[in-house]
Amino acid sequence: MNNLRGVYIIWYRDLVRFWHDKMRMVGSLAMPFLFLFVFSRGLSSSFGLFGGETDFTQFMFPGVIGMAVLVGSFMGGVSVVWDREFGFLKEVLVAPISRASVAVGKTLGAATIAMFQGGIILAFAPLVGVSFSPGTAVTLAFLMFLLAVSMGAFGVLLATRIRTMEAFQAVTQMLMFPMVFLSGMFFPPQGIPVWLGVLMKINPATYAIVPLRQVILGVSPDSAFGISLFGHTMTMWNNVAVLTVFGVAMIFLAVRSLSNQEQFSMAW
Amino acid sequence: MNHIIEVENLVKKFGQLVAVDSISFTVAQGEIFGFLGPNGAGKTTTMNILCTLAKPTSGRAIVDGFDVVRQQSKVRQSIGLVFQDRSLDERLSALQNMNFHAMVYHVPASIRSQRIEEGLRMMELWDKRHHEVRTYSGGMKRRLELARGLLHRPKVLFLDEPTLGLDPQTRTRIWEFILELRRREGTTIFLTTHYMDEADNADRIAVIDYGKLIVMDTPEKLKKIVGKDTITVKTDDDDRAIEEIRLRYQIEARHDADGLHLEVANGGEFLPAFIKGFGTKILSVSLRHPSLDDVFLKLTGREMREERAGNGLREAIHQRRMRH
Repeated sequence: MNNLRGVYIIWYRDLVRFWHDKMRMVGSLAMPFLFLFVFSRGLSSSFGLFGGETDFTQFMFPGVIGMAVLVGSFMGGVSVVWDREFGFLKEVLVAPISRASVAVGKTLGAATIAMFQGGIILAFAPLVGVSFSPGTAVTLAFLMFLLAVSMGAFGVLLATRIRTMEAFQAVTQMLMFPMVFLSGMFFPPQGIPVWLGVLMKINPATYAIVPLRQVILGVSPDSAFGISLFGHTMTMWNNVAVLTVFGVAMIFLAVRSLSNQEQFSMAW
Repeated sequence: MNHIIEVENLVKKFGQLVAVDSISFTVAQGEIFGFLGPNGAGKTTTMNILCTLAKPTSGRAIVDGFDVVRQQSKVRQSIGLVFQDRSLDERLSALQNMNFHAMVYHVPASIRSQRIEEGLRMMELWDKRHHEVRTYSGGMKRRLELARGLLHRPKVLFLDEPTLGLDPQTRTRIWEFILELRRREGTTIFLTTHYMDEADNADRIAVIDYGKLIVMDTPEKLKKIVGKDTITVKTDDDDRAIEEIRLRYQIEARHDADGLHLEVANGGEFLPAFIKGFGTKILSVSLRHPSLDDVFLKLTGREMREERAGNGLREAIHQRRMRH
């Protein structure tokens, strides 16, 4: 009960903070919209790619939603670094709430904000020429939530290990962006060089982007937009299972890592 | 007397480095207890252990009857903290920061807003309660942290260098608040500082150096270790004054550009009679008590200011050797 309250307070603070920061709200949507309406439109016109039923913008749409959720939740989780940098983490860590509830609250806070960002992009579906039933929307929300929680917890885990701003830069440049690019957002995990395929299959985000696309565009898992692991075509539930295992592991590790944090400055 | 803090043979090692070296002490309920020492002496480490932010390597510490290792949550509920460096959410308003704290520390919703208002008014921040904290000055932030630290009515308030880097006026104001608080609430205050004048506000002071407790006593008694008060007198005829002092008090006054300096045991009692009966015309008089700076110097042979970092220390020692 006390833990639940702790989770709620930490979650609530993240939302208040996000609500306060209108620029961040707008800014966080700029990148996905650029990809959706500038990058993909430009690319499909100049190459005349994907003739027929699916145009490139439609192909990109699920990926852009996934990107918004991934970046939003990951950055939200990593924001623990900023809390440490500006000292607020100390106030949190010395409070009479468990470290577990801090880690979980932070993860859920990041995930909620990311869901909100992804949801806004999802609402633009008609503009892209994509339509889906309310039932599909629930499935999508479920997939987005799984991705958001996994990446939020992954962010928190990394943040507890990051000590310098240089390391923070390195993590976003060398981890977050590759995760975005190798998630199947720009190209499906089929008909690509083997090494690229391996990297994509290692990337947990792939198991969210691939089913998102299948659900939104209504294509089957054994089409060109599917993914296979060791010769096995991954069904929707296979993907969900991979993502869940990853998410649960990340939450567990984030809780453990934050619980083991002692002091933050070497000032005696 | 009730001991609200009990520390027994506390040790904290960082690898090879012994930051806290088997310290033992107790703090009474309602006491203002000062932890004094140069940077790196082990003050903050000890405090972090008492606040459950660090685990001791060995030894035991009890705060408000709870063990700091085994009953962390209980300890945390009993204490308030003002850290050396900022710990506010700068992107939120003062009110939101206070609300967050109240929620975390189980301040009942029915009295929450009243408590918050009281605290912010006391620290004179009520008018700016809706402003984002990042727009606050250093002194305002510190006051907000104090108000926040008191919000849940802690039994012990830990202040780690509470006025570090603040201007003298703000320091005085903050001390007025702290003393008022102790008077009203009977809160025990545990403070670390390396400002000597600040430690003077404490009931008892523990001097710590290289992780070891060197001495623990009231500021007055500590000053007695150093000895006498110094009176500085300016007269219109210093030579005659020196002669007169020698005859009347058998004290050899020291003469320099500032005037005559004489050392007496109790300057406060000495002065009135001295001024009344003195034959030579006195232009000005000043009295200086030995400071805790002097105490530290006497006990360790080093001045506190020299202790910046490892290198600085070695340089300081080196320089002193060169001078001798």
